Amino acid sequence: MTDPVSITVHVNGTAHTRRVEPRLLLSDFLRHELGLTGTHVGCEHGVCGACTVLIDGRSARSCLTLAVMADGQDIETVEAQGTQEDLGRIQRAFRDHHALQCGFCTPGFLMTIADMLRHHPLENDEQIREALSGNLCRCTGYQNIVAAVRELASERGPIE
Amino acid sequence: MKPAPFDYVRAESVEHAVATLAAAGSDGKIIAGGQSLMPMINFRLVRPAVLVDINRISGLDRIEDRGKHLRLGALVRHRMTASDAVIARDVPVLHAAMENVAHLTVRNRGTFCGSVCHADPSAEMPMLTLLLDGVVRIAGPNGEREIAAADFLTGSLTNALDPAEMVTAIDIAKPAPGTGWGFAEFARRHGDYALAAVSVLIERADGAARNVRVAVMGVGEIASRIVPAEAVLEGREPTAAVIAEAVAALRDDIEPMSDLSASADYRRHLAGALAAKVIAQAWERAA
Ligand SMILES: Cc1cc2nc3c(=O)[nH]c(=O)nc-3n(C[C@H](O)[C@H](O)[C@H](O)COP(=O)(O)OP(=O)(O)OC[C@H]3O[C@@H](n4cnc5c(N)ncnc54)[C@H](O)[C@@H]3O)c2cc1C
Ligand code: FES
Ligand code: FES
Repeated sequence: MTDPVSITVHVNGTAHTRRVEPRLLLSDFLRHELGLTGTHVGCEHGVCGACTVLIDGRSARSCLTLAVMADGQDIETVEAQGTQEDLGRIQRAFRDHHALQCGFCTPGFLMTIADMLRHHPLENDEQIREALSGNLCRCTGYQNIVAAVRELASERGPIE
Repeated sequence: MKPAPFDYVRAESVEHAVATLAAAGSDGKIIAGGQSLMPMINFRLVRPAVLVDINRISGLDRIEDRGKHLRLGALVRHRMTASDAVIARDVPVLHAAMENVAHLTVRNRGTFCGSVCHADPSAEMPMLTLLLDGVVRIAGPNGEREIAAADFLTGSLTNALDPAEMVTAIDIAKPAPGTGWGFAEFARRHGDYALAAVSVLIERADGAARNVRVAVMGVGEIASRIVPAEAVLEGREPTAAVIAEAVAALRDDIEPMSDLSASADYRRHLAGALAAKVIAQAWERAA
């Protein structure tokens, strides 16, 4: 039974059916099977947050999830937030506040923030920092990421 | 790294999960939130032959108020425990501790029962389960059984489960109304595993401490109650001198380990300092 298993995963609104090995990580499924390379892979043990996606609307580490476990579920990746020509709201705030440098950590932050804006109080910097504490960034020093979230939280609107 | 190959079975029910584990001999493994197991599988520190996914079993994601105790089903995620109104009201020590567990994204998936099964010496939930007279409810090929948390947690990353058994729920006792509580931990970064943590429950009667409970984590093989420190406090008013005596008893009783994060001496010092703080805090809150 380590034979491939057939799964259907709804990613950014489109159903994808594939035969996958049970050991395939959701992160690799997204990147290698579907070509959605916006989801980054840093540590593969749950520490860095670069691989964060939404599963049924809540943020999750795609490196700690097997693709087979996502069968039948709704996955949202950073590709759903916007395009280079038409950035989403969170992406725009990141650009406006210079909240990224190399960009490696950015997709994970964007997806984490999408969850946090929907489900968590972000009333002060302490709560914002707490919400971001599971994501590591080696470049920015976090100040500008916090500034971007502060703006987003102060004008919570629809999250594209 | 990538996981070694395994078979995958999505359990439809507790019976299905147990039967699948039984058929796998000692090579089956349950996956709940995966927040501890997947890193170990990715590193190939764990190489199950069969992975049994319990995430789709219905009815296990409930926190049940059963009067004197609460029952946390096997799929109660950290997020639910942290935000449950009954827990916040009736078991504030658990509510406070949950704010220190990992990060919000990990809390979306990780389960209370999975944490207790995983039995990490630096995890909050095994300690809280001991503090709150936890009872672990287990399903196996021969039916159900219950065991006390103290007997379930047998050591670092080990528990008393047979290979074909699964935990279906954990019961935790609600402290008596008016019980004072305290919780404190020290971690390098908020949300990381702590170097040490202490939790305390104290009832107050006629100016003296009663039913004192002191539990620690991060300073031994596995979380534990510190009976000698409880005995020092029992029946006395926790003045500064009495607390100092209890702290000395605690430091004497624990056997912390040295590792990359901290030396044994530092951990012992830390546990004592945290204990002094939370004992005073619990006494203050006791009515
Ligand atoms: C970045 C990061 C930071 C973290 N920080 C903390 C922290 O500060 N404090 C803390 O306490 N934890 C922390 N964790 C761990 C987290 O709390 C896990 O969720 C928890 O330890 C395990 O729960 P799980 O449901 O994910 O279990 P899994 O990873 O699915 O399983 C863990 C183990 O328990 C077994 N198991 C699970 N459920 C059952 C069951 N019902 N019956 C029998 N066996 C079962 C599995 O077979 C496995 O051996 C952190 C994790 C990450 C990735
Ligand atoms: S790659 Fe998943 S958390 Fe680092
Ligand atoms: S922008 Fe480089 S790691 Fe965050």
